Amino acid sequence: MITVLYFARLREAFGTASEQIALPAGVRDLASLQELLRGRGGAWAEELAEGRPVRAAVNQDMARGDTRIADGDEIAFFPPVTGG
Amino acid sequence: MPVRIQCEDFDSGREIAALRRGNSGIGAIASFIGVVRDVNDGERVAEMTLEHYPGMTEKSIAGIIDQAKARWRVFDALVVHRVGLLKPLDQIVLVVVTGAHRGDAFAACEFIMDYLKTRAPFWKKEQTVEGERWVEARASDDVAAERWRLKG
Repeated sequence: MITVLYFARLREAFGTASEQIALPAGVRDLASLQELLRGRGGAWAEELAEGRPVRAAVNQDMARGDTRIADGDEIAFFPPVTGG
Repeated sequence: MPVRIQCEDFDSGREIAALRRGNSGIGAIASFIGVVRDVNDGERVAEMTLEHYPGMTEKSIAGIIDQAKARWRVFDALVVHRVGLLKPLDQIVLVVVTGAHRGDAFAACEFIMDYLKTRAPFWKKEQTVEGERWVEARASDDVAAERWRLKG
């Protein structure tokens, strides 16, 4: 299982802050996880569409599409940051 | 703790006093305070809510402070960032850097702030007369952070 967290606009659009997902075989990096989530359609397809400004972290480090993911990881998706 | 995320307000005088206490080698203290403006992108802001990613936010700011310490000759740095409901005039963020000389302290303070704006996971949602809206990231903040890579 992996834990997936959503923040800010994404949390509101998906109506959830976190979920546990059983990692399907073949989903080994961030890009393929994002594709899996996009496949849910609706807000998922819209917010996670390619070209949308979505950032991600794996185990609390900023990550890219080719960042590897594995069982037990904490993954987060969020919009570009606006603190300070 | 060099990084604190909290709902409560902060007292910059007290924070600076605590950071410099007992270190007679300090000759310069640079600080920055970010506050809530009443207008953003042409709209009057009634209040805003700041959200963060507990754990990652602290970790990313600690990493930014480490980079600043590796790059400039400074003694110490502190970042206090508020989350939750904030109104115009409220303080949002405090950055303090102590060093022997002002040049390094100024540069490290500005670097920490520029990197925080573009890398630390915080999100602002504003309440305006038109309703709620998530604040969009600014390209000018990316430019501000990027120039530190180009500087020698």
